[in-house]
Amino acid sequence: MSDATSDPILDTIKEIIAEQLDVQKEDVSAEKSFTDDLQADSLAIVELVLALEEKFHIKIPDDKVDSIKTVGDAVQYIKQNNAG
Amino acid sequence: MRYTSGAVTALPPSLSLTDRVALVTGASRGIGRAIATTLAARGASVAVNYTSSEAAAASLCDEIIAAGGKAIAVGFDVADEDAVAAGIKRVIDELGALHILVNNAGISIDGLLMRAKREDLRRTLAVNLEGAVYCSKAAARHLLKAKDAGRIINVSSVVGETGNGGQSMYAASKAGLLGLTKSLAQELAGRRVTVNAVSPGFIETDMTDAALQGDAREQLLAKIPLRRIGAATEVAEAVAWLASPAAAYVTGHVLRVNGGLAM
Repeated sequence: MSDATSDPILDTIKEIIAEQLDVQKEDVSAEKSFTDDLQADSLAIVELVLALEEKFHIKIPDDKVDSIKTVGDAVQYIKQNNAG
Repeated sequence: MRYTSGAVTALPPSLSLTDRVALVTGASRGIGRAIATTLAARGASVAVNYTSSEAAAASLCDEIIAAGGKAIAVGFDVADEDAVAAGIKRVIDELGALHILVNNAGISIDGLLMRAKREDLRRTLAVNLEGAVYCSKAAARHLLKAKDAGRIINVSSVVGETGNGGQSMYAASKAGLLGLTKSLAQELAGRRVTVNAVSPGFIETDMTDAALQGDAREQLLAKIPLRRIGAATEVAEAVAWLASPAAAYVTGHVLRVNGGLAM
């Protein structure tokens, strides 16, 4: 997974994560765990999922949410399911 | 500052709702109307929800605006989850945010349970309990953003605490609201959003006027330590306090406004 900022989808995802979790965008990188590194609690995860769903016009089912542990997992899921 | 103009004068900051946006469900009549009026008088912009009483909701908005406040009428059936989501989106679009949700919409279809029709039972639960669930669900993400200012206030009833023969389903729905209140209070506490209930006793409204005539009224008064029926504005005062900064450390509470009828 590349972290190049020329990737508009990745950039948008980072922005949303930074805003929802109240962290610096520079601190949002692929290997970061939402709960361990970015201090997201269960409410924050739900807020983040809602924000990503709204932005990318997708549905992230609960069982998929459970398997998204890191920023990279989220980016991969959204790129695979993003209709554009 | 709005303190010096319109309806809001010399209110202590701890009770002020200036810059807050409130949604009151079932606000066109009765207790809901008094709640909307009081929240607006404390400085909140108020979304007045109604289901069928469009004219009454419009006249309430006119009253609030004439008194120097801000209000919009938002029609939707709280029992319809999609309509609720659309209604709350409208509140956000038009008023910019949502800080305070008052789940007030309620119906009462009284009668002995043995004679009750299934559709009446379902409608009572759908409006009184599911409606609060749908509104809370759709509002929650906006209230989380409101942080300290975020409030949900559920309007329960004394009969939800004591039961009342002839009101089984109504009492069940109102008792259900108390469980919802305490659970959601725990879920949202991490963002300092508070969730409380008010539990009115017998209050002068269209709903109670029809049920309370003559001897029934006298017998009821004998059971109320304060010896009178309450006013809708007295319930509204309790709601306005729970909505205010003054009540930031109160959550999961059931505030009784019942003249001592149940303690």
